[in-house]
Amino acid sequence: MKTIRVCCDTGCLASGSMKVAEEFERLSAGSGVRVECHVKRTGCNGFCEKGPLVTILPDDISYYQVKPSDVPEILEKTIGKGEAVERLLYRNDKGERVLRQQDNPFYAPQLKIALRNVGRIDPENVDDYLEEGGYQALKKALGMTPGEILDEMDVSGLRGRGGAGFPTGRKWRTAAGYDVFPKYVVCNGDEGDPGAFMDRSILEGDPHSVIEGMAICALAIGAEEGFLYIRDEYSLAVENFRAAIRVAEERGFIGDSVMGSGKKLHLSVVRGGGAFVCGESTALMQSIEGKVGEPRAKYIRSVQRGLWDHPTVLNNVETFANVPYIIMHGAAGYAAIGTEGSKGTKVFTLVGKVRRTGLVEVPMGVTLRQLIYDIGGGVQNGRPFKAVQTGGPSGGCIPESMMDLPVDFDTLKEYGAMMGSGGMIVMDDRSCMVEVARYYVDFLCGESCGKCTPCREGLKQMLAILEDICHGRGTMEDLDLLESLGETMKDSSLCALGQSAPNPVLTTLKYFRNEYEAHILEHRCPAGVCKELTSFYVDPDKCRGCSACVRACPVGAASGEPRSPHKIDPDKCISCGSCREACRFDAVLTKGKAVRKMKAGAGENSSGNGARDAAPGDGGFERGTAAVSNERGTAAGNENSTESGNGIGKAGFDAAMAEGRDGK
Amino acid sequence: MPVSKEDIDGILKHYPREQRYSLAIMQDLQRRYNYIPREGMEALSEYLGCPLSNLYSMATFYKALSLKPKGRHIIKLCDGTACHIRGAVPLLDGLRRLLEIGEGETTEDGLFSLELVNCLGSCALAPAMVVDEAYYGNMTLEKLPGILEQYRKEASGS
Repeated sequence: MKTIRVCCDTGCLASGSMKVAEEFERLSAGSGVRVECHVKRTGCNGFCEKGPLVTILPDDISYYQVKPSDVPEILEKTIGKGEAVERLLYRNDKGERVLRQQDNPFYAPQLKIALRNVGRIDPENVDDYLEEGGYQALKKALGMTPGEILDEMDVSGLRGRGGAGFPTGRKWRTAAGYDVFPKYVVCNGDEGDPGAFMDRSILEGDPHSVIEGMAICALAIGAEEGFLYIRDEYSLAVENFRAAIRVAEERGFIGDSVMGSGKKLHLSVVRGGGAFVCGESTALMQSIEGKVGEPRAKYIRSVQRGLWDHPTVLNNVETFANVPYIIMHGAAGYAAIGTEGSKGTKVFTLVGKVRRTGLVEVPMGVTLRQLIYDIGGGVQNGRPFKAVQTGGPSGGCIPESMMDLPVDFDTLKEYGAMMGSGGMIVMDDRSCMVEVARYYVDFLCGESCGKCTPCREGLKQMLAILEDICHGRGTMEDLDLLESLGETMKDSSLCALGQSAPNPVLTTLKYFRNEYEAHILEHRCPAGVCKELTSFYVDPDKCRGCSACVRACPVGAASGEPRSPHKIDPDKCISCGSCREACRFDAVLTKGKAVRKMKAGAGENSSGNGARDAAPGDGGFERGTAAVSNERGTAAGNENSTESGNGIGKAGFDAAMAEGRDGK
Repeated sequence: MPVSKEDIDGILKHYPREQRYSLAIMQDLQRRYNYIPREGMEALSEYLGCPLSNLYSMATFYKALSLKPKGRHIIKLCDGTACHIRGAVPLLDGLRRLLEIGEGETTEDGLFSLELVNCLGSCALAPAMVVDEAYYGNMTLEKLPGILEQYRKEASGS
């Protein structure tokens, strides 16, 4: 009996995997081929970019980008005769077609623990989970004392996978130590970091492993009720998880008597309301209580007073998914994987301008280079690597020179970035680092709950400054101001959102300062992203006259006769960059735009304190709209835009800031 | 969909009268009407014995909730980091041009609402766009007019 696995995770569904699954079912009906019930929803195989993915067992042949029209051939050749359909196989870096997933360079270096069942089992079918050893760990845990479970967790060295990396065993032990009941176990599935989707994959593809992990935690700390808080955008995960809880209760794995032990555990799903800050533990608990999700100061930890002021353990989805494996296979084995301070594996999403995009799980301590080049296959379209952004809006941008750093909880932090929840966004030479910093600050500005001043106001001011720089209105003093604002926010924000919010700005300033300087001093965006500072033109020597740019241009600015060099009309051009993306010959180039009122000589002020060197009234150029100036004027105390343009130095700002602080 | 008291009460009755269910109830109302009508807010306030101001602060805090009616089709353009660096901004400009509305707005004919969302978790298909529940991956400016036309045709046909 052969099995056909069709990946039906969100990524593959978007590529049309449902139609492929239906076609398999339709054509195979009655032919003795078992089409796995994965059809509706199955876990993510990770290599989403090449979806829909189909795997034939026991032959272990994996096909990529399968279309419904390929189905008859697969049935005839692979199912019927055991032959592979060559053109659907993956081509490795040497150009050879590979049959098995393990031979695919994307999968070969991976070690799957948290994702052990994802993509293998039908998440809707609990028997599939049981076949893979599901709920055996819970059974084993029921035979252990809470103390023994806690010891195992300590030995395993498991740390919180949401990003903070707090030792899970210690968290559980603290909660277990309080004799206050009821206690709660909460799973944080409010995965908000843009570019990270590992929790969604686990929730959609293997919900029972999370339920089992939560149940083991409940046993260890003595909780009888639990909540799973899932991000609003993840409809499929909400649905799958609710169904999984229902089945687990019906089958007696949880409910009034956990596996017949007489211990109670009731779980329920809370659907988030679409607020990034609710990924913060105390805000999340507020949200479960039916309030506005604002964090609180944590001098009393949630393990003591969390949900409704009762002891609460909150862990991330991926953390809970690791727990059954640790209990089942022993903590020592788990602790043998990874590095000294970071044990086990970590799931990463490899996205952005990388050749092989998707979800990967590797032992802690692999280097960025291994992740991006060996697994990811390097930068898309052979363009030069510029940076990798890790850890979402709390993380930083890491340059090429640091690619050999091991990825774990602690190393990247020393360099101003962090591993965080595991999002890895690869950027090439066409990503503007100033604009990326602006993007994150803009994101956080919209997501800051507004409770504390450093975060609420600091982000607003940072955004205004970064927008100025992106629009060609920045000054060199702005960079100092960004740094001092960033340090203030780090020191004084209430929760991790504000404390880590400056990281994208501070790391880009540290490692890509030349780009900021190019924007400010040369009025040029080196990546060709910031519209006000970029104009596109065609290099007539490189242009082959293929007309790809003409077709791509949405406003008719690109023109030219076939096979002769094309042109871009600067008056019509809206600087969207479509022509450059469409060009296969690298013939569309960028240069700076002439900025109005720029005075001669401003571009030569490269000493690092540009405007200060210039005489008053000769600050290079004038700041933009009055609205922006006013906005900034208010916040930086007695600073206003005119003064800034005229060259008030960092010392002046510091004095102003210090006054503000002392005045409190 | 016309707002009726019976309808609203039907949604409320699914839940016990506890504050912890306020978010869930508001989401149900939102799903029902594509926004939360004032009648719904008032009924909920009475049902939970919770000040209307508290509910108002929640309705304005959570992005999934809206106090204004939305269009028939909701276009969510993903601006997660992966989509952002792979061209979400030109797409947003394109949608603005084609729909003649900004983000967070609804077209005059009530057919489309345009939303810019943080991350749909479909980074492998970046840039991604979702219309109602339908995903469109690897989006380009060229594909936009055709997709919008499809929904317009559907609307004029029905």
